[in-house]
Amino acid sequence: MQTALARPLPTAADEAPPAAAAGHALWVRITHWMVSVSFLALVVSGWVILMCHPRLYWGEVGNDLTPALLELPISRNHRHGRWAAPVPFFERTGSPVSASRTGEIFNQNSWGRSLHFLAAWFLVLPGAAYLVAGVATGHFRRHLAPRAEEWTLRQFAQELKDHCRGAVRKAGGGPRYGLLQKSTYCGVVFLVLPLAVVTGLAMSPAITAAFPFLSGMFGGHQSARTLHFVASVLLVLFLIVHVVMVVASGFRRQLRAMTLGDSP
Amino acid sequence: MKTTPLITRRSALITGLASLGGLLLPGCSEPLPPTYGNILRMGDTLTYAAHRALLPGRSLAREYRPEDISSFPATGTTNPGDPANPKSSAEYRQLQQGAFADWRLQVEGLVERPGAYSLADLKRLPSRTQITRLTCEEGWTGIAQWTGVPLSRVLDAAGLRPSARFVCLYSYDDWADSIDLLDALHPQTLLAYGMNGRDLPVAHGAPVRLRVETQLGYKSMKYLRRVVVKDVFDDGGAQGNIQNGWSWYAGI
Repeated sequence: MQTALARPLPTAADEAPPAAAAGHALWVRITHWMVSVSFLALVVSGWVILMCHPRLYWGEVGNDLTPALLELPISRNHRHGRWAAPVPFFERTGSPVSASRTGEIFNQNSWGRSLHFLAAWFLVLPGAAYLVAGVATGHFRRHLAPRAEEWTLRQFAQELKDHCRGAVRKAGGGPRYGLLQKSTYCGVVFLVLPLAVVTGLAMSPAITAAFPFLSGMFGGHQSARTLHFVASVLLVLFLIVHVVMVVASGFRRQLRAMTLGDSP
Repeated sequence: MKTTPLITRRSALITGLASLGGLLLPGCSEPLPPTYGNILRMGDTLTYAAHRALLPGRSLAREYRPEDISSFPATGTTNPGDPANPKSSAEYRQLQQGAFADWRLQVEGLVERPGAYSLADLKRLPSRTQITRLTCEEGWTGIAQWTGVPLSRVLDAAGLRPSARFVCLYSYDDWADSIDLLDALHPQTLLAYGMNGRDLPVAHGAPVRLRVETQLGYKSMKYLRRVVVKDVFDDGGAQGNIQNGWSWYAGI
């Protein structure tokens, strides 16, 4: 990797398009793969956790005795119906009720949750290091932020059309991205991944006791859980498109660039 | 012109990671649960140490208004007196038939005054009523009003010895669990005997259950029978969380 580690403070000249033939920096490659492995573990364990209670809600409260926003038919817990007759808590109409569960449900959250939080450390710590390094080295400013002159609707539409037609540039082996690519990476790095992390923290009883605004800003615990699900769906969609684009633009070359740091 | 950088990538990374690691160090002064060489348990312990190091442990969990009280599933054991239940207890059934008049909570271990508390004894101690949210590990939540005596009051009455580190709990449906002193002495940690203005129903842990508002629902043990204060971590053996594959710390 040949990128200048120690850069002088930015000058107007830095705003010019980056010099060609720079591969992915070592720290980008390391954090990329750490986050990749962690993300796969998070998806698997997150899916197992969702299978245990495949109902999503809005607000603070949601359980089998309250209406759901969305019920996913992804495990035998979907509308399992193993509940004893409900008993009202208060002597008034519309009183909240208690009901006892009368059978076993699918629940693999013992390892599912522990794996999820272990993997989360490998997302959050490399992710934080990546954000710090991205700002400190100018990587975000030089490679991810769309330049003012390319940031037009026409350019965006053109690239979208090209991508849909499968007209993809061959891999350059480094961080020289198109507008659509830059916008997508910025969306994932600065919006969706942080949303996933913060909504995850907002579901922790210990963390929300200390920082109640974390769940409050999403409208409650169950809203945070639903948004956590939405964020993970967006990230999986991104992953699929990302892998398709890697294949389309030269799988071998891209893989070498992101592991060995090769650039042609 | 050669310029000396203010911040290099390397120094930024090293400083960042070192300061993150440094933040976790104070957590290591507390006794940590064993990991048994299991990588999942190592992750659990890292989360526990990080929470203890980074979070102000005395923060109160959010409390709600009476109109926020919600419907509330009863899961896990819902009646230890039912012989059909694999975790049923003849002793519990007998206590249940006597309306828990003969129920006693044993408080022992590293306390100056070990003893047995009846329901009436607990109700004579200063009580606390709170409307809080239970977060279940399964993913659901429910809000209820809980009335009980703060565990700290009972531990005060029994007189904690200075070497005390963990409060171990045992239930009639044959579970063993423990919490650290920070959670045990938390103002919202209750030995709850009332739910939504009535006696605690059998389905929700009668006569007395624990409420730990800073952890997931499974740490709030139902059907309490014994409290033992210890100076070392006790995983509860086959009756405990860890050997059943669950994280001992459930603050997340």
